[in-house]
Amino acid sequence: MPTRTATPAIEPGAASALLVQPGTVTTGRASTLPLRREGPAKLTGAAKYTDDLVVPGAWYGLTIRSTEAHARLLAIEPDPDVDWSTVVVATAADIPGENIVSLIKDDQPLLVPVGGEIQHHAEPVALLAAPDRETLRALKGRIRLVTEPLPPVFDPEQSEHPFAHYEIRTGEDAALEAAFASADLVLEGEYRVGHQEQLYIENQAMIAVPGEAGGVVIHGSMQCPYYIHEAMQRALGMNAIQARVIQEETGGGFGGKEEYPSMVALHAAVLALKCRRPVRMIYDRHEDLVATTKRHPAVVRHRTGVRRDGTLVAQDIEVVMDGGAYCTLTPVVLSRGAIHAGGPYRCPNVRIRATATRTNTPPNGAFRGFGAPQTEFAAETQLNRIAEALGLSPAEIRRRNAYRVGDVTPTGQVLNESVAAEEVLRLALETSGFEAARAETLRRAREREGSGTIPSGALRTTPQRIAGGVGLALAWHGAGFTGSGEVHLASVASVELSADGRIRVLTAQTEMGQGTKTIFPLMVAAELGVAVEDVEYAGQDTAEVPNSGPTVASRTAMVVGGLCIQAARRLKTEVEGRNGGRPFAEVHAADAAEHGATRIDQRFEPYPGVGFDDDTYRGDAYPAYGWAAAVASVDVDLDTGEVAVHDVVAVDDVGSVIHQVLCEGQVEGGTLQAVGYATIEEIKLRDGRYLNDRLATYLIPTALDAPRIHTILVEAPYSGSPHGAKGVGELPMDVGAPAVVAAIHDAVGAWITELPATPERILAAMHGTPSSGRAVGPGRAA
Amino acid sequence: MSFRFLVNGAPAEVEVPGMRRLLDVLREDLGLTGTKEGCGEGECGACSVILDGQVVDACLVPICQVDGRIVRTVEGLSLAARHRGELDALQESFLEHGAAQCGICTPGMLMAARAYLDAGGPSDEGAVREAIAGNLCRCTGYTKIVEAIQAVIHVD
Repeated sequence: MPTRTATPAIEPGAASALLVQPGTVTTGRASTLPLRREGPAKLTGAAKYTDDLVVPGAWYGLTIRSTEAHARLLAIEPDPDVDWSTVVVATAADIPGENIVSLIKDDQPLLVPVGGEIQHHAEPVALLAAPDRETLRALKGRIRLVTEPLPPVFDPEQSEHPFAHYEIRTGEDAALEAAFASADLVLEGEYRVGHQEQLYIENQAMIAVPGEAGGVVIHGSMQCPYYIHEAMQRALGMNAIQARVIQEETGGGFGGKEEYPSMVALHAAVLALKCRRPVRMIYDRHEDLVATTKRHPAVVRHRTGVRRDGTLVAQDIEVVMDGGAYCTLTPVVLSRGAIHAGGPYRCPNVRIRATATRTNTPPNGAFRGFGAPQTEFAAETQLNRIAEALGLSPAEIRRRNAYRVGDVTPTGQVLNESVAAEEVLRLALETSGFEAARAETLRRAREREGSGTIPSGALRTTPQRIAGGVGLALAWHGAGFTGSGEVHLASVASVELSADGRIRVLTAQTEMGQGTKTIFPLMVAAELGVAVEDVEYAGQDTAEVPNSGPTVASRTAMVVGGLCIQAARRLKTEVEGRNGGRPFAEVHAADAAEHGATRIDQRFEPYPGVGFDDDTYRGDAYPAYGWAAAVASVDVDLDTGEVAVHDVVAVDDVGSVIHQVLCEGQVEGGTLQAVGYATIEEIKLRDGRYLNDRLATYLIPTALDAPRIHTILVEAPYSGSPHGAKGVGELPMDVGAPAVVAAIHDAVGAWITELPATPERILAAMHGTPSSGRAVGPGRAA
Repeated sequence: MSFRFLVNGAPAEVEVPGMRRLLDVLREDLGLTGTKEGCGEGECGACSVILDGQVVDACLVPICQVDGRIVRTVEGLSLAARHRGELDALQESFLEHGAAQCGICTPGMLMAARAYLDAGGPSDEGAVREAIAGNLCRCTGYTKIVEAIQAVIHVD
């Protein structure tokens, strides 16, 4: 298997095209790679995010939201003592088209209509626009919602409304049970994870500007302009020209700006149409926390059969996800969660049953990892507990079971190539000195024995209070859309030699920090043999760029990047062909002058030999997988239960590294989000309402909470994409949390089976308060 | 009421209520939108500016407290660059190290780091992390931000 480590993936011959202009940067390790294209604008404050835009005559918009989790809306009553003539109020009756935020199911309204059901707390019911924010704030509380309470459902396991259900199985139940009967050990475990907020630092923001011919132009913060474009056509009754969407500089997304921006944009547009003037719909942090989508909470139950040597023989896994009140992207999130639920391990007998249901809580949606972090936390913690039960090292049990080329996944996919599980595992173990570190934490634990108030005996000295631990996890992440998703999308990306000689890349892929604006020109320049500065990246405006699909699922570099490369190759061939075979770089200016514009639209073609049956859930769930290993080192205060994660070694196989600095940035950021998920990020609910709905109470890691992150990039290219890339964004999110939880176990000897691993949960686990996991082995043969 | 102060070396005068946030004065009255709002309650640091050498959250400072004082924002950083309008050493280090991703925390992060550098802060990692602990970043994991700041101190 061709595996390289941390070397740029661009062919040596093309290297000259990657060099920045002399004098731009003379120091630093980035000097041989182009710098972030929009970096200078971001660093000087010149970059315009949505709320930075000055729009003359714009009014301010605001959303009136429900205060109940489930109720019938009987009336919307503006206070009769208020002069409403100076402002605009909009309700469902003002929606020009269908009252639907178009996505997978047509179940979510823009605004709850009178007579309809409020399905969750903070659900949009009415809209208000005013010339200034003071008026808006003053009038916000003067619209009364008359409601009749309905019984809410908060427990996803009690819900009678499934959004989706999948079963993935390698054979009949009898075969599975026979495999369990043959196991030396059967271990059961139950794992729980809660909501997680994406917490992009720029809140949701949209400005709707009434345009020509009854249209509306949306300027906003988003991942997927064409999602909004589609949603506008349905809800506003517009055609594809009247609806126009322009992405402005976007301050982070992480999935949180995949589907929710459609709601914000539609609200702004409804108000703009009624006001006949531009409307700014800019959320503050409280509204953003209280109303927008979160990562799906989940309960995952495992029953695993193993032989004494650690070989997996049977996995029976049940996944229940809480979809919240509306479907959003839940079926797709559940699907990815289910497919990844067994972890990156071969097992001949597997049954995975996954269900997502409706509850009367705010809808959950896309968040980096998209279902896989939930189920892989469970799979990895389960495997670590099995290793402990068998007296095996966590490294050894992974070496014995990790996928290799030729193995078959639970959906029946044969892993023919690009399997780097063993490689990332080896590198993580070597780089972190895992086994030696484990031996050291064990030695120190022995020294501490008998000290302290917990579990028994004398008071502890300060050094004895702090227990070190080291933990390991391994993960896989399917590259691109699940199943036949990419085939259905049929994305188009374009490369154009314009009539004035410019080279332009046109796609709908948004820049939200990952580096799209830098890597696409880099890839195209390398193909064409021109300087990277000579390749422009067109703005994300639905009036200009083709629909290359959403900026999600770590698909930008892999799928759309591949289309850009293919388009560039065709452009090069065409231009060179009519210029006597002379290099594109030499002839393109003259060619444009003579022949005018040449534009290549490259449509996605299914990856060769990849097929998936949506009905039976059998086949190639993804064209390829990324592989990641992480080793986390922690210190746990035995008296307070506080955890400090001080180092993480993150090893990620991304297929090919297009830009090392940007790629490392993805791994580092994803790793910290996973550490936050593992330790401090938690939403508490009461009666379906988020209690910690401010940044003072929903915590994310600061620079002091963040570990030192040592990133190693591995390249096991995928032959089906022209550059071998498999995506990077989500992969690190899958592996960080189970590594931290394993490290906490190494430190304190107790398993945390519910995220986040708060001090309270750690102390409870140390005190032997029953945890949700329980061993039912040793098994029959013991 | 009228308030006078210096912004990035230039005199400014605004006629606004005294409790208007410095953040709104900068962004809306003076058009300096480089300073961002992330939470409006002093938790995220996106609106960090330097007030008489101290890092403050501009969302928590009423303009009446700024009268007669000196404010520096991200737009003023390049005044210290070798050539006006270019990046200063800190901005350049952020660019080279990949310390800005989505960029929304970047202006505040730069101002916190600039104040730390101006105060002669040491280059050790723990001190640098402490200096930017009031500025949340969701993209980078902080690794490259810390490296970028340390690199400037090493060069100096």
